[in-house]
Amino acid sequence: MSAQDHAAGHGHGHDDHHHHAELSFAQRWLFSTNHKDIGTLYIIFGLIGGICGLIISVLMRMELQSPGMQVFSSGQAWNAAITSHGLLMIFFSVMPVLIGGFGNWFIPLMIGAPDMAFPRLNNISFWLLVPAFALIMAGQFVGSGAGPGWTLYPPLSNATYQSGPALDFVLFALHLAGISSLLGAINFITTIFNMRAPGMTLHKMPLFIWAMLVTAFLLLLSVPVLAGAITMLITDRNFGTAFFEPSGGGDPVLFQHLFWFFGHPEVYIMILPAFGVISHIISTFSRKPVFGYLGMAYAMVAIGVVGFVVWAHHMFISGMDVDTRAYFMAATMIIAVPTGIKIFSWIATMWGGSIEMKTPMLWAVGFIFVFTLGGVTGVVLANAGIDQYVHNTYYVIAHFHYVLSLGAVFGIFAGFYYWIGKMSGRQYPEQLGKLHFWMTFVGVNLTFFPMHFLGLAGMPRRYVDYPDAFAGWNMVASIGAYIGAASMVLFLYVIYRTFTSKERLADNYWGEGATTLEWTQSSPPAFHTYEVLPRIR
Amino acid sequence: MASAPRKGNNKLVAFTLVGVIGGMLGLSFAAVPLYRIFCQITGYGGTPRIDAGASPGVVDRTITIRFNADVHSGMPWKFAPVQKEVTLRLGEEAVAFYAARNPTDRAITGVSTYNVTPDKAGRYFHKTACFCFDEQTLTPGQDMSFPLSFWVDPAILNDPDTRNLRTITLSYTFFRSLDDASMANAGPHVGRKQATP
Repeated sequence: MSAQDHAAGHGHGHDDHHHHAELSFAQRWLFSTNHKDIGTLYIIFGLIGGICGLIISVLMRMELQSPGMQVFSSGQAWNAAITSHGLLMIFFSVMPVLIGGFGNWFIPLMIGAPDMAFPRLNNISFWLLVPAFALIMAGQFVGSGAGPGWTLYPPLSNATYQSGPALDFVLFALHLAGISSLLGAINFITTIFNMRAPGMTLHKMPLFIWAMLVTAFLLLLSVPVLAGAITMLITDRNFGTAFFEPSGGGDPVLFQHLFWFFGHPEVYIMILPAFGVISHIISTFSRKPVFGYLGMAYAMVAIGVVGFVVWAHHMFISGMDVDTRAYFMAATMIIAVPTGIKIFSWIATMWGGSIEMKTPMLWAVGFIFVFTLGGVTGVVLANAGIDQYVHNTYYVIAHFHYVLSLGAVFGIFAGFYYWIGKMSGRQYPEQLGKLHFWMTFVGVNLTFFPMHFLGLAGMPRRYVDYPDAFAGWNMVASIGAYIGAASMVLFLYVIYRTFTSKERLADNYWGEGATTLEWTQSSPPAFHTYEVLPRIR
Repeated sequence: MASAPRKGNNKLVAFTLVGVIGGMLGLSFAAVPLYRIFCQITGYGGTPRIDAGASPGVVDRTITIRFNADVHSGMPWKFAPVQKEVTLRLGEEAVAFYAARNPTDRAITGVSTYNVTPDKAGRYFHKTACFCFDEQTLTPGQDMSFPLSFWVDPAILNDPDTRNLRTITLSYTFFRSLDDASMANAGPHVGRKQATP
């Protein structure tokens, strides 16, 4: 409560407004060490990255709207676009908003900590992303662009097929983004382990904190492997080593193993924070505590652990023997069990609840729908036999966009509408928020559902053109993409309306359903919160 | 855990986590030799056994070995098996030949990768001598007959996965060596005998 915040003689002993006024713009935003300001920077950054990625995806759908070459000048230009699209969306949109943005804002607020454990480390985590973003863009525009796809497989990513510095820019960007994520992960884990309010045991932590903790551990264990793999790729490309070059005794399949040892946990890194956000929203708008709290927490831990031993299901056609495929298939399907626990627990939370379909709840229920759909196609793809047929087709594209482009992004929007009042103190326009949801929901489903049909019909991914037979559903998908892009414009208007709103919000504007600690703070929270630590019973 | 913030602990946690990062980074590089050893031991990806050891004895059951040859697009050699296939008894050591010719007017050094198909036969296919163990150099216009000797372990009959195999295909792909392709020097991990497939 504000009475706590302004209590004199504790902690830093500053009055926040006084402190606030002292900071120049550069001090506050460039040299920021305040978790809320850094969180805000991450969210703005992720929004910019997401818009860049979205623009590329609209260009891609314009190209694929009908057969023939419309937008892109060559296959390599297309390859560069899909590479940038994937990397931008993963590293410069979903991760910054869900992890850096919501994580920085709400980990300290939810566990009752005054700030992150290492505030200056937090600053460098954010600012490393900015040059990384510039380098990704350099990869798009220098020379003929970097076009190995986000998976960076050699030989397509070697010096022969991606000559010139564009791909080296991209690889260096990934190094910077990786360091940023790792420093962030160290900060998150230390904060969560050491700075919880008195009385908040691990088993009393909000589920969002559990999600961030598991995510941070996944980052810690997987990102260094990507760093190792791309370092080898850089030396193969520039310094004549042959880690992945058969003529020098290397093995390109090794890269795939290393990449997916990172890449598979990476997909959980993107979705687990959304799981956390959704749990809070479902509980708040059902006015019930979340069903099966411990099961929900340990389901995320289980997803994280098992997520490290399933990587080769991305490589079923790389020449694995039957026994290995059988193992990776079984292990992959096992992940459906904890994921199912989560889906059922969300539904059980809603069951019998006093449900209020405000905008955040719409997004959360939409999340459950699209994520379940993507999860089901994931179980289909996990079958090694079926995967032989649909590997690298649009079926795969549909699957991972349902869980990420729809799932994780719905999680982002759900969290945005849920918390924007807390972060800014201003009311978002409810009707426009609902319109935004329905436009996005229709747009993205229209875009990605037909891709299941295209994939089953055999349309391969990563091509700039396709035979006439695939024209119909591609046209539908493109129309869906335009609707989705229009909904993004609407979202920008929603942001404008929110920040020009005259309506000021109370501490807990969602009422009795919202029970976590951030709702005990004013909206927006004071610059320094919890100078007197809350006590959890 | 549930007490007030303990700042003193933060450094300990952070440095432990940095250690974890360092460990994972180290493991990713350790994966390079470990993966090669893994393939050699398990025959993963059709990696044949390489040893000078003799076969444990001959059993009266035959198997057909077919021969395949490829060259990488950057490699100008002509390269083909002399015999299309040989049939031999399990445990019996046999010799086969590949013919190579350098049609250019420059000396060219090549190195070949190799494996067997189906992959599951790798652990039972023993090579005792092979041109693929070393780099090979052909002078301008030179014709060369490359020998290899091998035997198939009779234990292949005891494995339910391989019991029914009647044919194993032995495959080679010749690449121009890194040095020869005027790339920079190869790293130290590129050893003489390490041309894993």
